[in-house]
Amino acid sequence: MSRRVVLSTFACLVAALVLAVLGILAGSSSLTVPDVLRTLVGAGTPGQELIVLELRLPRVVGGLVVGAALGLAGALTQTFARNPLATPDILGVTSGAALGAVSAIVLAGGSYSVGAGLLTLGLPAVATIGALVTAGLVYGLAWRGGVDSYRLILIGIGATAALGGITSYLIARAQITEAAAAAQWLVGSLSGISWASVWPVIVVLVVITPIALLQSRALEISQLGDDISTGLGVNVQRHRLIVIVCAVLLTAAAVSASGPIEFVAFVAPQIVRRLARTGRPPLLASAFMGAVIVVGGDALVRGVLPGEVPVGIITAIIGAPYLIWLLTRRREREYSS
Amino acid sequence: MTAPTASSPSGSTGAGASVTPTVTGPSAPALSARGVTLAYEKTVVFEGLDLEIDEGRITTLIGANGSGKSTLLKAFGRLLAPDAGSVELRGRPVKSMATREVARQLAILPQKPLTPSATTVRDLVSRGRHPHQSLLRPWTPADAAVIDEALAATGLSELGDREAGSLSGGQLQRAWIALVMAQQAPIILLDEPTTFLDLSHQLDVLGLVRSINRQRGATVVMVLHDLTLAGRYSDRLVVVGGGRVIADGTPWEVLTPAVLREAFDLEALVIPDPSSGTPLIVPVDPDAMGRAAEAE
Repeated sequence: MSRRVVLSTFACLVAALVLAVLGILAGSSSLTVPDVLRTLVGAGTPGQELIVLELRLPRVVGGLVVGAALGLAGALTQTFARNPLATPDILGVTSGAALGAVSAIVLAGGSYSVGAGLLTLGLPAVATIGALVTAGLVYGLAWRGGVDSYRLILIGIGATAALGGITSYLIARAQITEAAAAAQWLVGSLSGISWASVWPVIVVLVVITPIALLQSRALEISQLGDDISTGLGVNVQRHRLIVIVCAVLLTAAAVSASGPIEFVAFVAPQIVRRLARTGRPPLLASAFMGAVIVVGGDALVRGVLPGEVPVGIITAIIGAPYLIWLLTRRREREYSS
Repeated sequence: MTAPTASSPSGSTGAGASVTPTVTGPSAPALSARGVTLAYEKTVVFEGLDLEIDEGRITTLIGANGSGKSTLLKAFGRLLAPDAGSVELRGRPVKSMATREVARQLAILPQKPLTPSATTVRDLVSRGRHPHQSLLRPWTPADAAVIDEALAATGLSELGDREAGSLSGGQLQRAWIALVMAQQAPIILLDEPTTFLDLSHQLDVLGLVRSINRQRGATVVMVLHDLTLAGRYSDRLVVVGGGRVIADGTPWEVLTPAVLREAFDLEALVIPDPSSGTPLIVPVDPDAMGRAAEAE
């Protein structure tokens, strides 16, 4: 691992932590740094405790882990597919989660027993089920004596389009309040997040990150192509399955907690790849960069912009032009191979 | 002319007679295909094929386009699983071996490996050490020495810090061969290692392959298109076509006008190469022949 990789990983981590502190400070009721520190060690007033521990901390920690999960998932899918456009959304995970969540919101509002039943499971659980079922379906359809990443992407795009259509149909048929709630969820926001929805993401992140890191060397080899990877002793299909499962679980956990926050999985790995000047995005740095984007975006939303703007809008508005700028800034010889 | 290397059961040292039953004696061929059927989807390329690759020699598979020579090489390199029959690596079924274990004995350079971006030549070559590394046995100075040696043998020592993407075609192909050398496998499979190279770089690469065989004793199996070069650099040629082995033997045994007609639909003269003494294939020019006949 080059020194540049280590440095950029470290820099991303520090930036994420600094933004997290800013995120705790930012908000309508102004707290000072000493106030926050006092509260964190248990010496704050009850009012400060409510704001810091129950409102801001879960939101900031949620932003950190959701961002990290999306960044890592993005790095994994882009690397195994050898394609920067291959985000976890393309595996159908996000659209599946969206369909799950939206059907729960809409059908429950219409007092259908199905929807009510779904909603008792909790929105995150329904979204997770939608994500996992879709990802399993896409993988199954792409299987033909092994999974070829190209076919996987094409089938994922197809599934995304089909599920997106169903989701739009549900919203179009819904009562106005449910439609608004569904649209809100689809943008991706940390405003509704609580410890209950943050914990599952933390658990998934803690379990999956080491598994993903163990695939790091195989990911590096796989950049040379499937045949030569086999020749070098990589069990390509098993490796690919592990990587996909990791990416799917990370994305499902993140999306279930916050809704789909656009562009994080796509942009974070591409930014660190350029920082670290490597052929493939470094995994840990991508996770930290994802955290930077989500926590930073959310702090911006709360501290600077008026009104409650969902963080998903900010990441899309800032992330997309940034990526375009990165792509146009210099000729991308890297992608031509 | 067709001299299939004894398909007698010399490969197996008798059931239960050996002390270590999984390891057969030194007489086991480096690679053997036993009743192998190979197919893509529904198209059968070979059916029930038997072929043995002898240890320590350069064997080249030749044949017309679509004859299945690359398919056969892929099967030997376990990149393509046979639909029937088995491929054995030194007497052991490859199917029963872990892919990493195979990688320590057999290296394969496929036709179009992807050159990674932002990767130096040295980093690229160092990927060849993968089968020798694990969590418990990470990078060691010995690995670095192997890489240095592979770079030196391929004449790339000076270019180690260059980005792989910036190399010329000939240099890049030598870098891939360095990667395969760094793998330190006693058996090396090369799928058309000279494609896209000009003649001088083709000779360069084949000279390198020969030195790997002669100086390190590596068993080499490759696929080549150029028949004269195949004859010059190989100990044994195997001509495939029509789902079978058409001819098998030394270059002079195999490269005959009759075989060339059958395998390649080619009218050619075969004369001794004045430089190497190996067969030189001279395709017949039908127009010139006509003119010669008119002149008489």
